[in-house]
Amino acid sequence: MEPGKEIEKAIRTLTDRNLTFMHVCGTHESTIARSALRSVLPENLKIVMGPGCPVCITPQGEIDAALQLASDGVTIATYGDLLRVPGKDGSLESCGGDIKIVQGVHKAVEVAQKTKKEVVFVSVGFETTAPTVAATILTNPPDNFSILSSHRTIPPAMKWLLSQGEAKIDGFMLPGHVCTVMGYHEYEQFHVPQVVAGFEPDEILLGLLLLLQQIQEGVSRVDNAYPRAVTREGNVKAQELMWKVFSASDVAWRGFPVIPGSGLKIRKAFSQYDAVEKFGIEFKPDVKQGGCICDRVLRGISQPTDCKMFGKVCTPRTPVGPCMVSHEGACKIWHLYHSRT
Amino acid sequence: MCIAIPAEVKEIKEGNIGVVDYGELTQEVRLDLVDVKVGDFVLVHVGFAIQRLSREEGLETLEIFREVWKAMDESDERKVQVT
Ligand code: SF4
Repeated sequence: MEPGKEIEKAIRTLTDRNLTFMHVCGTHESTIARSALRSVLPENLKIVMGPGCPVCITPQGEIDAALQLASDGVTIATYGDLLRVPGKDGSLESCGGDIKIVQGVHKAVEVAQKTKKEVVFVSVGFETTAPTVAATILTNPPDNFSILSSHRTIPPAMKWLLSQGEAKIDGFMLPGHVCTVMGYHEYEQFHVPQVVAGFEPDEILLGLLLLLQQIQEGVSRVDNAYPRAVTREGNVKAQELMWKVFSASDVAWRGFPVIPGSGLKIRKAFSQYDAVEKFGIEFKPDVKQGGCICDRVLRGISQPTDCKMFGKVCTPRTPVGPCMVSHEGACKIWHLYHSRT
Repeated sequence: MCIAIPAEVKEIKEGNIGVVDYGELTQEVRLDLVDVKVGDFVLVHVGFAIQRLSREEGLETLEIFREVWKAMDESDERKVQVT
């Protein structure tokens, strides 16, 4: 018997009112869209994607800073996902600078070891990724290596979303791999049903069921539906390395105002690896792209198809906003799977 | 970007480097963030093992579901008895 079918039935039975659940993970969105999970859910159960795409929530000012470095002759190393993100004038892909796509930060260090030029790793990602960068900085990379930290952490953003109530959220599906590293104890502060979910369609359905169960019981706790990888404490070694190199900072997210404590800044002791210090970078405020509603998509109050440009002016080849660029962006994912159905 | 893929540790080399097997592909990954031995399963993200996978906790989704559902049935029965 297919477990999915059984769980689906249970979900139908338990959804007895209008409910909105938010997930904050591009990989969850991929699974949901790829397996058309929304179409098997009852109509009154809505799943929205929040700010779960690290590339999408990186403010334009940080992309522009990378573009400026590239035009000053610095070699930029970063993930392929960032290449087409539009800055104020063009993208890393179109800027004509020396841009290297790398699998991870350790490969960016290898680039630096082979050149005398300055190499800056544009470092995006949540708590899944930040420890890999911390561990690398602790291996004493060469002097011509530094990072532009665009890291963000999830709990402060959830706190913001819950406190301002713009998107009415009845439950959160927590990002499985962020929680693999960080555990889920930090999420116990939130008085809302939550579940840590895996990435297979059945695992996501199970996560939804656990949320519904909490709602039926009238309780708010964090259930763990991904115990193979996630424990309450997470990977303590990775957390220690992360906090050794980074401290929490107040930063803006694309589509959000400054969220207290939601960024990761390189500590003074490692400032020689901080591109912001090294090159005296100042971030300029974002200029909103006319008509792009990425900001609303990221806050969970609009969906990609609400945008007039979706699939017309804005496509993965001609992206207007970052949500159409990243493999984790809601617009790109919807474009990929909806255009096939 | 938070995508992470399970793999088995096949070999541990000097300098926190491990060779892992994804099933059809082997690759060198960094082991800075985990304490592992050959034969362990890890989750790999951007070229780093980010956690050791626990085999004991590897309950199938279906098993978890059955447990959840059973527990709910029982609590429903209790509700019925109370009223
Ligand atoms: S479809 Fe394009 S323009 Fe519209 S919100 Fe998404 S990224 Fe922005």
